[in-house]
Amino acid sequence: MTTATETQPVESAAVASDEAVDIHAPQFHGLLAEYAEVDDLMAAARKIRDAGFTRWECFTPCPIHGLDKAMGVQHTKLPFVSLAGGITGCALGLLLVFWTNAISPETLPIIGDTPYAVRGYDFFISGKPFFSLPANIPPIFELTILFSAFGAFFGMIAMNMLPRFHNPVFNSRRFAKASDDRFFIAVEAEDPVFDREKTAALLSETGAASVEELED
Amino acid sequence: MATLPSDIAARPVIDNTVEDVVERPPAVLGGFGFADVTERISRVNENRPPIIWWFLLAFSATWMAILGGLIGYLFLTGVGVWGNNIPAAWGFPIVNFVFWIGIGHAGTLISAILCLFRQKWRTSINRFAEAMTIFAVICALVWPGIHIGRPWLPFWMAPYPNQMGMWPQFRSPLLWDVFAVSTYFTVSLLFWYMGMLPDLASLRDRARLRGACIASVAYGVLSLGWTGANRHWHRYERAYLILAALATPLVLSVHSVVSFDFATSQLPGWHTTIFPPYFVAGAVFGGFAMVMLLAIPAREIFGLKEVITVRHMENMAKITLATGSIVGLAYSTEAFIAWYSHNPYEGFTFMNRAFGPYAWSYWLMFSCNVFIPQTLWVKKWRCNMKWLFVVSAVVTVGMWFERFVIIITSLTRDFVPSSWGMYVPTWVDICMLMGSFGLFFTLFLLFLRFLPMVNMAEVKTCMPQAHAHHNASHGAGHGFVDQHEGEQDEEAQA
Repeated sequence: MTTATETQPVESAAVASDEAVDIHAPQFHGLLAEYAEVDDLMAAARKIRDAGFTRWECFTPCPIHGLDKAMGVQHTKLPFVSLAGGITGCALGLLLVFWTNAISPETLPIIGDTPYAVRGYDFFISGKPFFSLPANIPPIFELTILFSAFGAFFGMIAMNMLPRFHNPVFNSRRFAKASDDRFFIAVEAEDPVFDREKTAALLSETGAASVEELED
Repeated sequence: MATLPSDIAARPVIDNTVEDVVERPPAVLGGFGFADVTERISRVNENRPPIIWWFLLAFSATWMAILGGLIGYLFLTGVGVWGNNIPAAWGFPIVNFVFWIGIGHAGTLISAILCLFRQKWRTSINRFAEAMTIFAVICALVWPGIHIGRPWLPFWMAPYPNQMGMWPQFRSPLLWDVFAVSTYFTVSLLFWYMGMLPDLASLRDRARLRGACIASVAYGVLSLGWTGANRHWHRYERAYLILAALATPLVLSVHSVVSFDFATSQLPGWHTTIFPPYFVAGAVFGGFAMVMLLAIPAREIFGLKEVITVRHMENMAKITLATGSIVGLAYSTEAFIAWYSHNPYEGFTFMNRAFGPYAWSYWLMFSCNVFIPQTLWVKKWRCNMKWLFVVSAVVTVGMWFERFVIIITSLTRDFVPSSWGMYVPTWVDICMLMGSFGLFFTLFLLFLRFLPMVNMAEVKTCMPQAHAHHNASHGAGHGFVDQHEGEQDEEAQA
């Protein structure tokens, strides 16, 4: 593996301070380091974690086991979102089947006050009891699964803040390989520990194949 | 862009069907690295499709158009154009519905159940098995939609507030079906799409590098701006596991509910408690046959033999053999219970199936589903792609006839001989069945062309390069099992 490091300064990244700030001019966003092997990425991630950085991220073509620990990433709360979805689905299912098929003005007087279009009634079918859970399980079960799945999928999308079509990392041409066979670490300039020269030097020390500046 | 590094061709070919007690066989052959995997799979979407693809697409699209035309004819004329009549009011449309729903089950089994069992070999085949599920469920949904008598009112199946003051009857198996199948379709679609996000991002990045404008925008929008950030992967993997855990009971419930359509009725031959497991096993069996039917030509035409290896095919053949044997056991149990129950109607139904006017379809079903798949016990035969293709085609035919036998023989001869009759399909029935295959293959061919047909990111996860401290000697260990090598190393260091 090559450790030859090249730093590519980006022209116009620095904004003249005495002029009025042009919001359309590229802003310095952070540093992007490229790695060829998982081992290098892991070692680099541990170093950056230990250096106390918080606003940084690893980019890999596939999930890498052990990287969460190397980065110090907390366990996601996503399962609880899915659980909340499941409970909602189950409650909705119970309400749906019993409200529409099992109640009557005698058992539940308030239904007389509900609008006609949403009013349920006791649906008498071949002598079956109205509040028979077994005969009503399939719709309740399916709704539970459906809403849990919504929780897992849309929860994942929302917590990852997707869709996000503008992302400073996309400004790097090298970054296109992040979905192919290369590994990247991006450190944001917003990070309190960030220092343009020192962080670049740190990334170079970690055995990065290249370090470049990202603009936004 | 289209050519492979020349050294790939020179790498040694390994026979990964040989059982080795020391080392697991690699899941990907040819000494592939990450870039080779991306290249091999993405080039199917990027290069011009082979001539045979156009030929197959034209053929399937023609049949799809015939299906569309016949649905128009059906709507304008009425259900009299079908062979459905009393006593066999459920003819081809319901046979086709149950058949297509069953096909879909293998996709979910591969993507969800094998995922929970940590069967890493599934990664090469799960994407198009899932695609097959989606398209099979679309084909299935056509039938109840046009079979309801008044096909302009299918939304009456949904529980929505309405001025008629009417609600669906939630204790009816037919309504359970509506909920089960629509949930199944939605969850399968989410699962499929979520699994595809990273690969769509790969295609987006490659399109950007070669300057393909339309492709980069289209894949860019579809991939939702996926970057492969580790925190995203972390939640993605969690979501994937949750969806797998949800899809597993879901897939078992779907065909169980479909079997309730029959099992909760009073008709001899339908009123049996064995139906739910028997239907689920049959669905997985038929579905795996369809996966192999699609995979064998696809890996040949698109040059994916290193990614979808002979061992993958062999594993699927083994599952087909196992589920085929379960189906055989179910048929035998039905016959045994017909005798053991001393119920004259059950006994008659069985004798009528085996020796009555539709005996040809019963024995066709039995040979296709039970006898012929038994040849897969022989390793040489199940590793022979030509024979495997023939067996898959035979099983697909057999599973269609299974539903035909269940529905038609029971309906045409029930309790009272005065209400017996015969069922004969019309040309419209047969052409619509062909048309549904046209719809299925058209969707599938478009999928092969425009979406990544193998889950690149997951295949990479199973490769030694994705694990810290890999070396050539234990690299092969990451093939067909999950070892979490990287995590252990990390713990050892901490």
